[in-house]
Amino acid sequence: MYCAKKDRRLAIIILIPMLSVLFLFVYGFIAWSLRISFTDWNSILPDMTWVGLDNYRMLFSSQRFQTDIRNTLYFTVFFMAICIVGGFFLSYLLYSKLKGESLLRTIYLFPLSLSFVVTGVLWRWIFSPEVGINALFRMMGFKATFGWFTSTHSVAGFNVALIALIIAASWQYMGYTMAMFLAGLRGIPDQLIESAQMDGAGEAAIIWYIILPIIKPITFSAMIVLGHISLKIFDLAYAMTGKGPAFVTDFPGLFMFETTFRGNHYAEGAAISIIMLFLVALVIVPYLYSTLKGDAQ
Amino acid sequence: MRKRIMVGLLVALVATTMLFAQGAQERKGPSKTLEIFSWWTAGGEADGLQAMINEFNRQYPDIEIINATVAGGAGTNAKAVLATRMQGGNPPDTFQVHAGHELIDTWVVSGFMEPVTFILKDAGFMDKYPADVIDIISYNGEVYSIPVNIHRSNVMWYSPKLFAQFNLTPPKTIEDFFKVAEVFKANGIPALALGDNEIWAATHLLESVILANVGPDKYRDLWQGKVKWNDPQVRKGLTDYTKMMGYINRDHAALANMDAAGYVAEGKAAMNVMGDWAAGYYYSQGFKQGVDWDWAPAPGTTGSFIMLSDSFGLPKNAPNRDNVIKWLTLCASQAGQDAFNPIKGSIPSRIDGDRSKYDKYLNAAMDDFASNAIVASVAHGAAVSEPWLTRVNDIMSVFTTDLNVDKAIAEFQAAADRYAPKN
Repeated sequence: MYCAKKDRRLAIIILIPMLSVLFLFVYGFIAWSLRISFTDWNSILPDMTWVGLDNYRMLFSSQRFQTDIRNTLYFTVFFMAICIVGGFFLSYLLYSKLKGESLLRTIYLFPLSLSFVVTGVLWRWIFSPEVGINALFRMMGFKATFGWFTSTHSVAGFNVALIALIIAASWQYMGYTMAMFLAGLRGIPDQLIESAQMDGAGEAAIIWYIILPIIKPITFSAMIVLGHISLKIFDLAYAMTGKGPAFVTDFPGLFMFETTFRGNHYAEGAAISIIMLFLVALVIVPYLYSTLKGDAQ
Repeated sequence: MRKRIMVGLLVALVATTMLFAQGAQERKGPSKTLEIFSWWTAGGEADGLQAMINEFNRQYPDIEIINATVAGGAGTNAKAVLATRMQGGNPPDTFQVHAGHELIDTWVVSGFMEPVTFILKDAGFMDKYPADVIDIISYNGEVYSIPVNIHRSNVMWYSPKLFAQFNLTPPKTIEDFFKVAEVFKANGIPALALGDNEIWAATHLLESVILANVGPDKYRDLWQGKVKWNDPQVRKGLTDYTKMMGYINRDHAALANMDAAGYVAEGKAAMNVMGDWAAGYYYSQGFKQGVDWDWAPAPGTTGSFIMLSDSFGLPKNAPNRDNVIKWLTLCASQAGQDAFNPIKGSIPSRIDGDRSKYDKYLNAAMDDFASNAIVASVAHGAAVSEPWLTRVNDIMSVFTTDLNVDKAIAEFQAAADRYAPKN
């Protein structure tokens, strides 16, 4: 007992530097950004005059920010859906004892080792309207005029230019969800599947009633990981498309960077980042909450 | 025992951090240095800077130059680093900055800079610069930076081959432009190449079109907030811009500005409005003037010269102030500018550059610079502050797509109301 108490004290002493650094440089600066977002600091000189929600009001009335939020939501939904459905499909193929499994697994996982900047440059060339796959289609005799990420069409608020970005991002992260699902599938006891088969369940029924419920926690974690990547997306869009004509491929991260460091609008930039934090928190907090509750039980 | 080891470890840890802190404090450096901060990391501009540094070392062999560069397009990253250093009280000795409002509104108005008028006066250089240039680099009667070079923004690059093929002459006015553009369009050739992957290229085109419609005096007033955006001539400029968008290459949003300039030399498009760094690009790619490319002032802007300029200034509390003054004197001198500019592909901001060192295009630009009305570029930070320019670029991003003149006028006016100098 005495010993445990001493260990505990030591643990706290050792943790204190780390915790204080964490609180200062992460939570402290988040609080600082929050404070700045309520001020009039919109030039190079700090101006801490309290202006309430003015910066937020300015943001939500700006066409660029409205487009950004729409882009983020659409991008997140499609990116998550494609990665999860596609990743599950791939992992199920591998799980079904496909030939050359380890080779395929490596191939699918490989894009994950690239940085988003590399991915962005690659796919920018591929989707470049005059020299990319459009040129390939033209060689085959088609009249390829789709502008990909330069297209300014939009359907129900969805800018079709995002398709190019969604493909690039999904290409990179589908292998990751595949690996997660594969680990989950490997954990399902064979007897369970076999007994279902003996009871006459078809493949679809096995997937729907047995596999999917078992790997539900994995789907959940994958959504969290993908969700916070896509809500904070910056590097991919920055390298691949920039903000695009009429902001068709713009995201809050790009807007924040330009507002703060090109336009010297520190308060508005802080407001954008606080909104981004809020969006990510919407995804992360319920997850943390459920995990902590699980731990407590 | 274990406790003792742990305590020892902790002490060692703390001691190491203190050691580093000590090191940082003692890093004062000898006084014989000069730190030059820029985003000139590659190509002609880096070589030009090096040529100027060599010249400096020849004159002052005992001063060591620290060439601090931060890579990144149009200096965005460098500007972010600079802002941190200036606000943190750790300014570089001198830094590259676009002359005009980019320097003045960001750093001069906020009190970070020392005037450098005395450098020009002491060296007897005041009358070596055109009055319009002195005006652009001054605030409240004091000069705040030394411009080392001048680039021209309102240049139309064209393909002599294509113009010969259809028996056309390069347009001198906006009306002529639309006439020849119609011919090219009828033959399936984009009349105007645009590469607005980075939107400033669209702003760059717009400033020439507005200038063509309003003339140099009104152009200056427009960017001072003294002319309203619903002025008929300004409106005509914006309308002309929307008409021009009917003659551009389809892939404009995917191209960089240099790709668009390249389209002209490759005969894929007839004309392009871009700054005169395009000439340097053509030379470097082996394209021949008069054969693959040639130039004229942007349609309707003959007699005017939209300038932009890189300059160096003197921050307050610069660690090596005396050395900065030596550097700025070199930047302002004929020797310094003639070392830098032929390599960078720009003309000196002085009127007495050594003509024999410059190529054919630059000599022609020097002629115009000496005789034309000089106005400041918007797209390159000379005419407006950075917040204003950021907003203008945002407006252009939508305007280039939706071509809604009324909406653009309202938004430009709102931006002018918010950001134009108040006096």
